Amino acid sequence: MTDLSSTEPKAHRSLKVADARTKKRNAAEKRFRAYGIVAIAIGGLFLLALTYNILKAGLPAFTQYVVELEVTLTQDEFDAAESQMLKTAAYTDIFIGNFEANLAERGVAVPYDADAIERLLGKVGGDIRSYYRENLDDIGQPVTFQLQTSSRVEGYFKGRVNRDTIVDSRFLMGSDLDIVDALRDSGVLTSRFNWDFITGKDSGVDNPGGAGIGASAIGSLFMMLVVLFLSLPIGVAASIYLEEFAPKNRLTDLVEVNISNLAAVPSIVFGILGLSVFIQFAHLPQSAPLVGGLVLTLMTLPTIIISTRASLKSVPPSIRDAALGIGASKMQSVFHHVLPLAMPGILTGTIIGLAQALGETAPLLLIGMVGFVAREYPDGVVSGFMDPNSAMPAQIYTWAARADVGFYEKAWGGIIVLLIFLLLMNALAIFLRKKFERRW
Amino acid sequence: MSFLKLTASTLAVAAVSATSAAARDNVQIAGSSTVLPYASIVAEAFGDNFDFPTPVVESGGSSAGLKRFCEGVGENTIDIANSSRPIRQSDIDLCLENGVTDIIEVRIGYDGIVFASQIDGPDYSAFEPADIFNALGATVLVDGEVVANPHTQWADFNADLPAEDIVAFIPGTKHGTREVFEDKVLMVGCETTGAFDAMIASGMSEDDAEDACIEVRGNGITVDIDGDYTETLARIEANPNGIGVFGLAFYENNTDTLQVATMSGVTPETATIASGEYPVSRPLFFFIKQAHIGVIPGVKEFAQFFIADEVAGPSGPLAQYGLVSDPELAATQAAVEAEETLEIQ
Repeated sequence: MTDLSSTEPKAHRSLKVADARTKKRNAAEKRFRAYGIVAIAIGGLFLLALTYNILKAGLPAFTQYVVELEVTLTQDEFDAAESQMLKTAAYTDIFIGNFEANLAERGVAVPYDADAIERLLGKVGGDIRSYYRENLDDIGQPVTFQLQTSSRVEGYFKGRVNRDTIVDSRFLMGSDLDIVDALRDSGVLTSRFNWDFITGKDSGVDNPGGAGIGASAIGSLFMMLVVLFLSLPIGVAASIYLEEFAPKNRLTDLVEVNISNLAAVPSIVFGILGLSVFIQFAHLPQSAPLVGGLVLTLMTLPTIIISTRASLKSVPPSIRDAALGIGASKMQSVFHHVLPLAMPGILTGTIIGLAQALGETAPLLLIGMVGFVAREYPDGVVSGFMDPNSAMPAQIYTWAARADVGFYEKAWGGIIVLLIFLLLMNALAIFLRKKFERRW
Repeated sequence: MSFLKLTASTLAVAAVSATSAAARDNVQIAGSSTVLPYASIVAEAFGDNFDFPTPVVESGGSSAGLKRFCEGVGENTIDIANSSRPIRQSDIDLCLENGVTDIIEVRIGYDGIVFASQIDGPDYSAFEPADIFNALGATVLVDGEVVANPHTQWADFNADLPAEDIVAFIPGTKHGTREVFEDKVLMVGCETTGAFDAMIASGMSEDDAEDACIEVRGNGITVDIDGDYTETLARIEANPNGIGVFGLAFYENNTDTLQVATMSGVTPETATIASGEYPVSRPLFFFIKQAHIGVIPGVKEFAQFFIADEVAGPSGPLAQYGLVSDPELAATQAAVEAEETLEIQ
């Protein structure tokens, strides 16, 4: 083709044969398409790498290694343990005492050593105590417990700790691994899905096995309720007024510019504002999801106002004109015709705003929701809003800062849970848009 | 219309819940990130062992914590401030200004500060305070002259150390650890190398010379870490030449990735710190607002539980995590029992 065309005399140029300039333009287009594909491929690669890393680091958090043992607690032992100051330690000792008898019964021959067993177990005292306090009838009865192993033992199964690099310390000795292997071979030590991670609460820094994201997820939920019920009505009312009723003058221009500016204000600024207004001035409690929700409402409002105004604008003027033409008042035209048509856009904007607020940590730092907070489930709606709690991103941040590597895994596991929440919210936004969307 | 109703009812709910926001029933604690791990262990055990709600423990650094502690008396201020340094006159002044007059000081134990680096990095295994000062001080003594620090590699001033570029990750100024680092390492190094005397001889006042001694080079050679030790660890992992300043407990939790250096020939461990042989250690404290005892439930019980033999003693969970327990714990227990406050003016 090219050879032919080059020999062709200029005067007989055919449309079917590309000349030099056309070829150049076509080549430019091809190059541009190639750049586009490369850009998407790079983006896709990043996404893949990110997903791979998150899953690789986070999935182990959903597996738990437990020791299964039958324990019979006598009334005397219960009373003795309850009379101590550090009751949980007493329960741990009772459990370790039962260990030996149990092993002999099962015919497991391991070099028994109470200190070693204590090193292998996680913080089990609290679990045992809370079980017996709730089930007083089980005192004197044999009860089968599945109790967590220590973070070093979990690390051994999950590949963080191995026999070559282990350094003997008071946390774990190299020789303890022989006991671990023997327990696993005999079935005393098994793995299971870690429901405690999903339903659990935060734990002390020496107890990574007991940490869960549940309580802080509830904190996030209550914050999102506050954000939803405050920012949606306020945001929608403000945008309807600005878009449909407000006169166009310098004042409304100023308001508009400031709303756009607010949308770009770093979130930590809202945290400082929240601290001085809600906690120091209004005397609301520290670390409360209510305050967190109020702060995040301030942050979300501009986003909601901007998206609501955009969707109100996209309703064709003919709808308004038709409504006004048959005698509807301005307010009737807005509430009966424009607003319902703009609703899918408003809902999408709101859900995106909420998803943004859900992942926010910075403002929570200043109102006391980051730290060792999420230790209890709220026992009611008022307590849910007012009692100290954390939020999922704040919990992840806290875990990532702890010395024990076990918490690092928990942080990644928390990220997976948070991402699932975000995916669900975004999926809901897409669903609502598809379901109610109108085209003109 | 439904939006108006919704808004009205939401505001009503918010108002009702705001008025019910009386009486806080949990203890609020903030302060040193070095004390935070211990405080969180005690807080969890306190929640597990007593019928009080689990206290809330926040981080932020000793100075930030004491500042919040001194904001005033009342439910919306914290009850206890954790600190890795003693309280200063400037803190006390702020407290007095805001009506916080009765402060109970509680020493919970000791913490060692260790110098550690990547386990498979260069052989940083033994330091003297003089080495750290020569490497990190802004002005040092070279051939009898006080000059701006010219050293780029450790071997430049001590042939026993590796010929590697000097990089150190040290705690930022808002951390209590920084003060110990300055007093027990830089200042000591300044004196033993003779830089301090040379500065005095050159006509500087003693205060100015002390300030000059503890000034670090910055410029990427010393990097202030304002966050937690995990941030220091991340920097060390990214930088094989770097040495980092850690708390003993943090190092002991990460022995598989960090190698520790001896200081003046002494290995940092619980025994050498308790005996005072290891030179770089400091006491850890928390401070209680006496006005909150009896108002906020559980404040005194929490403090007593914190320093009980079963918790802060040599075989308790805190020592297990890495705290060097205080041999004079009994005196502290008695002081808390009697609510002895600091004498301040």
